[in-house]
Amino acid sequence: MMELSGICREYLVGEEVVHALDHIDLKIDAGEYVSIMGPSGSGKSTLLNVLGLLDRPSSGIYRLQGEDVSNLDDNELAAHRQRHIGFIFQFFHLIPRLTALENVELPLVLTGAAPRARRERATAILESVGLKARLSHRPDQLSGGERQRVAIGRAIVMQPSFLLADEPTGNLDTRSGNEIMQILEQLNRDGIAVLIVTHDLGIGDRARRHLTLRDGKVVADVREPQP
Amino acid sequence: MKARDVALMSLQALRRYPLRTAMLLLAIAIGVAAVVLLTAVGEGARRYVTGQFSSLGTELLIVLPGRVETSGGGSIQGLLVGETARELTLDDTLAIERSPRIRRVTPLVIGAGTVSSGARERDITILGTAAAMLAIQHWAMGSGRFLPESDLDTAQPVCVLGHTVARELFPGASPLGAWVRIGDARCRVLGALAEQGLAGGFNVDETVIMPVASAQQIFNTAAVFRILVEANGLDAVPAARRDIIEIVKQRHAGEEDITVVTQDALVATFDTIFNMITAGLAAIAAISLVVAGVLIMNVMLVAVSQRTAEIGLLKAVGARNRQIVALFLTEAACLSLLGACVGIALGIGGIFVMKVLFPVLDFAAPPWASASAVAVAILSGLVFGILPARRAAALDPVNALMRR
Repeated sequence: MMELSGICREYLVGEEVVHALDHIDLKIDAGEYVSIMGPSGSGKSTLLNVLGLLDRPSSGIYRLQGEDVSNLDDNELAAHRQRHIGFIFQFFHLIPRLTALENVELPLVLTGAAPRARRERATAILESVGLKARLSHRPDQLSGGERQRVAIGRAIVMQPSFLLADEPTGNLDTRSGNEIMQILEQLNRDGIAVLIVTHDLGIGDRARRHLTLRDGKVVADVREPQP
Repeated sequence: MKARDVALMSLQALRRYPLRTAMLLLAIAIGVAAVVLLTAVGEGARRYVTGQFSSLGTELLIVLPGRVETSGGGSIQGLLVGETARELTLDDTLAIERSPRIRRVTPLVIGAGTVSSGARERDITILGTAAAMLAIQHWAMGSGRFLPESDLDTAQPVCVLGHTVARELFPGASPLGAWVRIGDARCRVLGALAEQGLAGGFNVDETVIMPVASAQQIFNTAAVFRILVEANGLDAVPAARRDIIEIVKQRHAGEEDITVVTQDALVATFDTIFNMITAGLAAIAAISLVVAGVLIMNVMLVAVSQRTAEIGLLKAVGARNRQIVALFLTEAACLSLLGACVGIALGIGGIFVMKVLFPVLDFAAPPWASASAVAVAILSGLVFGILPARRAAALDPVNALMRR
């Protein structure tokens, strides 16, 4: 569970203080499927970065799985990201010199997992996202949709509770984007909470909970009725 | 994170930029090879020079009149009050010869003079000595025979000519049995030496060798300039030295007023000098390794900014700061280690080429030089790798991920 209370994030741009997040109170339960929308500069990416522990709030309390993570140091934040959170980016952020398999293995390598175990695990995950035939391809030999599927594999290899996706389809054609969304939704059905930042109304509409941000504030928080 | 994985990832990163990696490897390799080659030259020179001295025979001891203070400021007082050393004599020579640790002894008197045959005259160095000189100096006869075995104090009108002297006084003819005039004395030529060349800076080819008593008559002296002693084997040299000092001390009223120089001491001195030169060369060459280290730092800084997004991603998937430091440091260390290996190989190849080009010199890089070159290369890679690695670790993940 992610629980924000009174979270602010301020930047200094020149002499001017920008309130990217302005007293946000928000609770996201395990297994939710949330879209975060809003105009450019509304703070939705900042919110995702704070939720993902990539960014620290200027003030306020953030509890992740019940633990206060508002004031942890770099290494403690890294440890929590490793354990709880998977990231998916608009531009994939695959390491170009590594194969698809090695990219997926990367988080396991950082934990010091044994080569054989991590290889088996990464292989199984790439098979589950339909890339069985692409294990030893490097990113420049893959299509955009395939690259994002590798990135999803990397995001879930540590079995996180939350999957944070920043414009995951922003760099893909409609068909590939659709495939990516189906994979994310399958993962959500398997129990992982999925948070998507997007400009695309069609993508945003698929979620079961819609957050709208404007000027660093949550201006709408709409839940779809449970089917 | 396992060390093996860190190393693998570093190597993968190096392979990704082959040109950059090759250039850096070259820079480090040149530095290491420079150390190896320059020290090999220094070592080659050392071996050549000490070899030359050893060929004179390390069983040789040279006795000088007067005590040379080898430590401290010497006897300035003695100089001021005009204290002169007692001279060495032929009797001292005979006394030394009685020591059982000594194989051969010969006195030596040296002076300038002229030698003439008919109308030809030449300025030469006169060596007054004895029959043992031939064996002590390892000279070879060109023709005829050397000085006869006879009592030291018997002057005889005979002489042996150096190679150049013989050739110039008797061009195209044998000098054997001819009479030459040395100063005011007439001497019969017993033989001529084969060409000896320079030995210890002295040209034997331009000398005339006479019995010591004859030379003393010419120079009107009873003193002996030096006494050359050959010890009974290498191990006997220190004991022979003590014997000589003791014998002469007894004869000189209990005063220790001679100096005995051994060939070992001479060789050791040159050895030390050349080792210093070699170390100096190594230090100069090592500067290029530091330059290579600065180069590593520059390139690693570029690598950090090139791979900013990658560092952001590593942080996003849970890399700790020290893991990022380890990755970049390992990359720098791998570069310098590989470069050092290439450098050692280049150095060995270079030594081989030099040996072919200059077979006279025995080039060989001392192991300490090669080892410390590798150590300095790796150390400079690590030291200069720290700044870029820390900069990478300090990157803010959000900003890093915004870069593509």
